[in-house]
Amino acid sequence: MVGAADWAGVAQQVVAGLSSGGTYATLAVALVLIYRATGVVNFAQGELAMFSTFVAWTLTQHGFSYWPAFALTVAASFGGGIALERVVIRPVERASVLTVAIVTIGVFFVVNGAAFWIWSPQVKSMPNAFSTRPIRIAGVAFSISDLGIIGVSLLAVLLLWFFFRFTKLGLAMRAAALNPESSRLTGIRVSWMIALGWGLATALGAVAGLMAAPPLGSFDQNFMQPILLYAFAGAVLGGIDSALGAVVGSLALGVFLNLLGTYVSWVGTDLRQAAALAVILGVLLVRPAGLFGQALVRRV
Amino acid sequence: MPLLSVEHVTRRFGGVVAVDDVSLGVESGQIAGLIGPNGAGKTTLFNLITRLYRPDSGEIAFDGESLLRTPPHRIVRRGIARTFQNVELFPSMTVLENVLVGSHGRGGRSARELLGELGLDAVVHRRAAGLAFGTMKRLELARALASSPRLLLLDEPAAGLSHEEVEELGALIRRIRASFDLTVLLVEHHMNLVMGVADRVHVLDFGRKLAEGSPAEVQRNPAVIEAYLGSERPQHAPA
Repeated sequence: MVGAADWAGVAQQVVAGLSSGGTYATLAVALVLIYRATGVVNFAQGELAMFSTFVAWTLTQHGFSYWPAFALTVAASFGGGIALERVVIRPVERASVLTVAIVTIGVFFVVNGAAFWIWSPQVKSMPNAFSTRPIRIAGVAFSISDLGIIGVSLLAVLLLWFFFRFTKLGLAMRAAALNPESSRLTGIRVSWMIALGWGLATALGAVAGLMAAPPLGSFDQNFMQPILLYAFAGAVLGGIDSALGAVVGSLALGVFLNLLGTYVSWVGTDLRQAAALAVILGVLLVRPAGLFGQALVRRV
Repeated sequence: MPLLSVEHVTRRFGGVVAVDDVSLGVESGQIAGLIGPNGAGKTTLFNLITRLYRPDSGEIAFDGESLLRTPPHRIVRRGIARTFQNVELFPSMTVLENVLVGSHGRGGRSARELLGELGLDAVVHRRAAGLAFGTMKRLELARALASSPRLLLLDEPAAGLSHEEVEELGALIRRIRASFDLTVLLVEHHMNLVMGVADRVHVLDFGRKLAEGSPAEVQRNPAVIEAYLGSERPQHAPA
């Protein structure tokens, strides 16, 4: 039998898991966004988020408090994502998916190296986004920070959904991703829609990085790499072409990994990444389309 | 002066000359048919007019101005819309959203109004992917009309339709010409449809212009009959 105190513990761990899952979800949706627009997984997504986080950290070192730095960084990341697409991806727009994927791996290393070059390799720490006090709900103490991260992640994803569902520009971006040729003939500038997708994904990545960094206490230039792995696992679990799937998959993964790490002593924190890889492998073997994805059917 | 004029246009793919020195004009308000056996270059010509391909030589002008310096995404703003042979919709979008995308370039009649006109009221919020083929074709037509075109290019609108649907299609094309003040260029294999709705028919064979005239004239033309009925097809286009 499990006692009442344990149930409170489980509830706390579930919320903590949803909080990490929310961060993964934000990054996973960024992955889905670019996957749908260009058919590739952007391997640099995590490093771009890391770079954004370092930009925000620099701002906090120059007198900005957390939220103004957050807003400025997300806006700058949007512009940076568009610029990156124009300079690096545009020239390989018509190349094969493999070529584009390799270019994103190149971006991964360049951004990582640039961050080490610009900011010394010493670990940094980010001011807290939310109060560190706990809040008691139904007798259980939850971390305000966890709840805040869940809220911001869901809000970011919801805003994006609203944009794609209800705005003319969002509709044009979806059209461009679905059928570029038809879109061109209805007057949509497909290439710019892809650039805009990179902008949105990079901004979303900045949100993920800025949510992930403060709870870590300290972070360095490699801090987003495990988070990219979790986001990728979450997206694969939900279906790499489905934003809703990526959110559900990432949240589920966050909770699963957190419970696993807490209650299965030999997993701890060390084997979490291995567990995420196991999830990717398992999904790809059993249900490659993921929970919400569309099975790829090719006519032969 | 014709609304659309194609002059001495040639397009090669490797060693194959898909469109070979073709000239034709479509007068404003006309329904023009473009016919020819498979591989005659009809769809290639459409793709040249809508700038998906670039001609190797020749000139294409719309309303007196060259189209060759207009990029594909500006074609719609010049007033040209098209449908595709294999129906190129946005499958995961709703019927309404598909039409809304169509009005991206230049708005005209409201999307709802258009859906009503084409008998699509009942499926407004359905996903395009699940529709019957004939309904998809009407949706594609609605999307094209949403940009308020002056010239509408229809690539085999009757292909895959049932006998009844083809008959309705003929009436529909004539109706939308009148109500949208359109000029129509129609690629079609379905001879009854072309001969029934077209004011003028252009015939292509092996990438070359074979004949042109009223439907009755074209049907009497020996070269056309040969191209369509000749069981032993010559390896080279007739001189």
